[in-house]
Amino acid sequence: MELLFAIAIGALTTSGVYLLLRARTFPVVMGLTLLSYGVNLFLFASGRLATGQQPVIGTTASYSDPLPQALVLTAIVIGFAMTAFLVVLSLRNLADNENDHVDGRREATTAASKVEQEVSSK
Amino acid sequence: MTHWLIAPILIPLLGGILQVFMGYAPIGLRRTLAIATTVLMLVSAVVLLALASDGSYRVYAFGNWQPPFGIVLVLDRLAALMLVLTAVLGLFCHIYASGGADEGNRQFHTLFLFQLMGLNIAFLTGDLFNLFVAFEVLLIASYGLLMHGGGTSRTVPGLHYVVLNLAGSALFLISVGMIYSVTGTLNMADLAVKIPQVTGSNLNLVKAGGMMLLVVFALKAAILPLCFWLPKAYARATAPVAALFAVMTKVGIYAIVRIYPLIFGDDAGELANLGMDWLFPLALVTLSMGVIGALGADNLKTLVAWQVIISVGTLLAPIALGSEAGLSAALFYLVSTTWTVAALFLVAELVASQRGTAADKIITAPKMHHRTFLSVLFLIGAVAASGLPPLSGFFGKLLILKSVEPSAEMAWLWGVLLVGGFLTLIAYSRAGSIVFWWNVDGHLETPEPMNNRVAVSTGILTCLTMLIVVLAGPLSDFTRATAEQLHNNQDYINILQTPMHVPQNPLVGEIN
Repeated sequence: MELLFAIAIGALTTSGVYLLLRARTFPVVMGLTLLSYGVNLFLFASGRLATGQQPVIGTTASYSDPLPQALVLTAIVIGFAMTAFLVVLSLRNLADNENDHVDGRREATTAASKVEQEVSSK
Repeated sequence: MTHWLIAPILIPLLGGILQVFMGYAPIGLRRTLAIATTVLMLVSAVVLLALASDGSYRVYAFGNWQPPFGIVLVLDRLAALMLVLTAVLGLFCHIYASGGADEGNRQFHTLFLFQLMGLNIAFLTGDLFNLFVAFEVLLIASYGLLMHGGGTSRTVPGLHYVVLNLAGSALFLISVGMIYSVTGTLNMADLAVKIPQVTGSNLNLVKAGGMMLLVVFALKAAILPLCFWLPKAYARATAPVAALFAVMTKVGIYAIVRIYPLIFGDDAGELANLGMDWLFPLALVTLSMGVIGALGADNLKTLVAWQVIISVGTLLAPIALGSEAGLSAALFYLVSTTWTVAALFLVAELVASQRGTAADKIITAPKMHHRTFLSVLFLIGAVAASGLPPLSGFFGKLLILKSVEPSAEMAWLWGVLLVGGFLTLIAYSRAGSIVFWWNVDGHLETPEPMNNRVAVSTGILTCLTMLIVVLAGPLSDFTRATAEQLHNNQDYINILQTPMHVPQNPLVGEIN
């Protein structure tokens, strides 16, 4: 279970960081979302992985740590709100700059795309 | 257990909630209530300062849980100093905003008050995860405030700011998880007990967590590799918001001062002074970078935004060296520089409003209205910021220079700080002489009217630097006592033994 869990966190974080470094806002939003999933799982694991244990003392022979679960809950709520805000902001960026480049740059019209436009206009 | 500790959090919270429901009330009423809230918050901060100046720690345990099991608020001299600093700054920014900058968004006052609440939680909390929550509260309010006033020019810096801070939050959570997985606690006092006991393979885990935490605080404080988001974002924000943000970078510095000497201090065994040898060169490079940026600035607000980075570098250098005198000097300079930089943001906005299309660009333009008033304010701000006598910036820098023992670090610090101060002076002289003296003939036809609230709040905030000079004695005594308190960890750790007052509930006996 530990190995699977670690691979899941690793995969989520790697893809999150990769997408975060993209130049368009949509992949960046996706990247931050994946990153926050990875972080939430990581926080969860900081209380040690165990199955069949309740976070209440006295109900079973051993108990699981309730604190990381509370932390994850807080992190999920905050992460959700932030993602919603970021989506709105990205849409605003798209509307303001008519482009979803993270620097708000207009598309550089390269020679190739000009030719393409001319062809399509004919 | 005194209930005053929760006041600086509850007052802006309740005031902010009231504002949420008053979005359609007349703007005069909204402004009055909002400013009344800020005044009350200042009063509560001053009360806490009076409480804290006896040098003891006061603990407020939520739900009466014995620390480290519950979340605690801890009041000491440092927290009280930061609270008063923020409340004074918040009050003047708020009065300035009520002069017209708050129009156009019905929830401006809500966001402003929630921002103040987030700052106050960050200063008072004694729990690492609670600090994360405080950061999120103040950040989400700041996202809204940064975008306030509209305009396409704010979207891109705003987007960068939000994405960077979200990535920073993710790092914060990872480092909190790493530290928790080894120590099993997030209470700062308890961490100070548990960290020195960490041994073996766990050591590297805590070390990685601690270093990542430092990266997060460096992002908030805008230390060099992580400072490039700041000038654009601050220069484009509305003036009162930019002025309030002058304290945002100081939150990062506060977090470093609060956590590193306590948890990774001299007593932390193998993890003693974690990351501090990285911080000193970074602080100097940050300072140099800020000076270069200030010299290259093409408008006043960008110039002041780079001044924020200069002051971050100046503050961190003595803090990284870790001496008690250095810490005391840094805290003195922190008060001075925060108010000065905020005042300069406000002055820059006033100048921009009086120059028509030239705005705050450093170019020759028709003579502005209210030139004498504005140029005197700019002069006072520039003298205080570049650290010339007789204003408070000079005393702050002098204390920092004096605090270093003769060594290689001393040569570096003196060199960079003095040359940097001189070049900053050149940047301000150049900007000031072009903006105020090099005029083309004639006046601008239709200047924007300047109302009293804006003029008075800017004037007073600028003149606070003189107040610091007058009160330099008591203030430096206070910062010295603060540094002493911060270096004596044992008292902070003793808050774990605070006896909790449990009210005798007659029902408890019956149930049993």
